[in-house]
Amino acid sequence: MADARVFLDAGGRAPVHPAARQAYAAALADGWADPRRLYTEARQARALLDAAREVLAEALGARPDEVRLTPNHTAGLHAAVLSAGRARHRAGRRVVASAVERAALLAAASQLGGDVVFVGVDDAARVDLDAWRTAIGPDVAVAALQHANGEVGTLQPVDEAWEAAHGAGVPLLVDAGASVGHVALGVPWDLLAADPGDWGGPAGIGVVAVRTRVRTAQVGPEDADPWAPGGPSVPAAVGAAAALQAVLAERADHDQRRRSLVDRIRATVPRTVPDVQVVGDPHDRLPHVVTFSCLYVDGEALVTELDRRGFAVGSGSACASTELRPSHVLAAMGVLTHGNVRLALPTTVTEDDVDRFLAELPDAVATVRRMIGAEGL
Amino acid sequence: MSDDVGPLEPVNDDVGPPEPVIDARGLRCPAPVIALAAAARQTTGVITVWWTDPAAEYDIPAWARMRGHEVLGTEPLRSEESNETADDAPTRGAPYATRVRITSP
Repeated sequence: MADARVFLDAGGRAPVHPAARQAYAAALADGWADPRRLYTEARQARALLDAAREVLAEALGARPDEVRLTPNHTAGLHAAVLSAGRARHRAGRRVVASAVERAALLAAASQLGGDVVFVGVDDAARVDLDAWRTAIGPDVAVAALQHANGEVGTLQPVDEAWEAAHGAGVPLLVDAGASVGHVALGVPWDLLAADPGDWGGPAGIGVVAVRTRVRTAQVGPEDADPWAPGGPSVPAAVGAAAALQAVLAERADHDQRRRSLVDRIRATVPRTVPDVQVVGDPHDRLPHVVTFSCLYVDGEALVTELDRRGFAVGSGSACASTELRPSHVLAAMGVLTHGNVRLALPTTVTEDDVDRFLAELPDAVATVRRMIGAEGL
Repeated sequence: MSDDVGPLEPVNDDVGPPEPVIDARGLRCPAPVIALAAAARQTTGVITVWWTDPAAEYDIPAWARMRGHEVLGTEPLRSEESNETADDAPTRGAPYATRVRITSP
């Protein structure tokens, strides 16, 4: 019998949770109408959308009227940066962001028309708080710091970063796209972005919460819902809310199991694979993310070799990216960028999945090193 | 840019044989580091590597740290040194030279 596929690349696009699948199907049946119209079917869709918003708000520690739904996480980050930034144009156009923020956030920051100050990180990807405090000033339009880095798992010192931003009157956008559903949020924010695709919700929906006290400006053409022009997908919102409720109810179990599996990977890989760097904070991290780089290995070749052997993994290596540039996160950390393997364990991961991966990895790396002529270096 | 400044200077001010140069221009990751590692097995002292791949900027220092070698510095590669022609540059990105002191065999 052929072994089943092992999926270890759940960051941003996890397998859809059964609760989300069920809720999505039910909402397609009962919530297909346009929630902005005035008749019974529309009111039914509106009720489903409002209920989803309430569930999401409660899980994020926000009020329902603070929650915006967006077409996806990328669009949410774009809108959050641009609308909060434009609202403070008179104060300034500068954006302060850690050097390891998501590329979509940094791309939006560069559109505001001022400098983007990239605050450096240590070799675990944790932002330099002294440099952060120096960079923050009243002329900064918006500041951005992720809750956790989705590529390497490290949690960021959001409390301290928020204190500094708040003290200068600068709104802080917290990208919690890699952490919501996996770790307790428990950090202050002015704008918060979360990614249903990461916690087992359906694709096609994003969530941004904006504190009532934070001013935002309209970006893009006039629309009744500028955060999701034309309106968000009701079934996707319902599915996202159902998935989040389910994963939060199961979180203690998923946390313990995945944390110990990541510990096992972190301990085993350096023993069984020569010349490997496991990166990211070993303790203060997401429970399910682990990244390592193998010297003298082509990242694309390793992803392909592991796929051939039944394993789906990610990579931050240049050769595995469409832009042929290495991950800006690994570069900012000053760690090896080639031969990178990025694992984000889905909640459905089993001990057997991880043991099979650990058993195959040494030979997969050796195979790629042999192909490239890097044996014995 | 530093290529505007002053006349051509010798790469090596020390007396003795010239430092070995690895030309890894046009090679993509991880090939520049592999070429450097292969050369490091045959030499002690300082090796210069020419590269154009964007990952080499990070991976040469990361390799040196893992292996206990020392990166002495990275500079844009002057065209007079490398016989780079204008036709080569746009297809491969700007070339750089990194000098590494090989401190262990």
